Amino acid sequence: MRGDTSFQKDFLIMGGDFTRAGKVSCEIKNLLKELGHSFHVVRRVAIAAYEAEMNVIMYARKGRFDLLITPNKIQMTVEDEGPGIDDIDLAMREGYSTATKEMRELGFGAGMGLPNIKKNSDRFIITSEPDRGTRLEMTILTNGEGLQ
Amino acid sequence: MILRDILALVNGELLTPEMDLGIECLGIFASDLMSDVLAFISPGSVLLTGLVNSHAVRTASLTDVIAIVFVQGKKPDMEVIDEAREMNLPLISTPLSMFEACSALGQFFSERPK
Repeated sequence: MRGDTSFQKDFLIMGGDFTRAGKVSCEIKNLLKELGHSFHVVRRVAIAAYEAEMNVIMYARKGRFDLLITPNKIQMTVEDEGPGIDDIDLAMREGYSTATKEMRELGFGAGMGLPNIKKNSDRFIITSEPDRGTRLEMTILTNGEGLQ
Repeated sequence: MILRDILALVNGELLTPEMDLGIECLGIFASDLMSDVLAFISPGSVLLTGLVNSHAVRTASLTDVIAIVFVQGKKPDMEVIDEAREMNLPLISTPLSMFEACSALGQFFSERPK
């Protein structure tokens, strides 16, 4: 990939599919490493991607994970079909979680996911419609690195 | 301090024998909560945990952890060990409890890596 070209890839994530949890994020991480992105960018993208992937697996029926890499940014859009979020401000609060006991036993659901996505993104947009689903848009700026 | 020193300090067993233990360890992070690992761990750290499922391995790999030490003599299933091997992530099992393992290593890592 070089110059003004961009790269796009879609992934399907199934809710409840804990055995494959993290596979999409690992693939994205490896891809960015191959493209020559910096350690710092790869790390932020990997963490944000994993949090978003886990959210779909834990809470939604299914979700589409859309990765877009352009010369200046990495954009990840995750749109799920699920219960949605009633109160986004509350969900963004560290420590707030609606995770089940099962999710917690797997080491997740501490209420750090959405705040952590925000922390690792340069731009983060979350919208949700109760009983329909949630959409996350995470952008990490790269300023042209990794494309030479 | 390198991984080989850590293996000795916790009286550990290396579950991935072929792996390089000459890697420099920059810090220790102890947690069973992968959410906290994702939110707070510094790159180059060793993860101490009692969680032996594949999520521990994947979380570690995604956050640039250099090795996992499973406390309390716990060992993950073979397929989890195989997955770590594919990710080139050394796994160690220690008979020590979380507290004992932290105590054994704590004096060498008084500060969080930046």
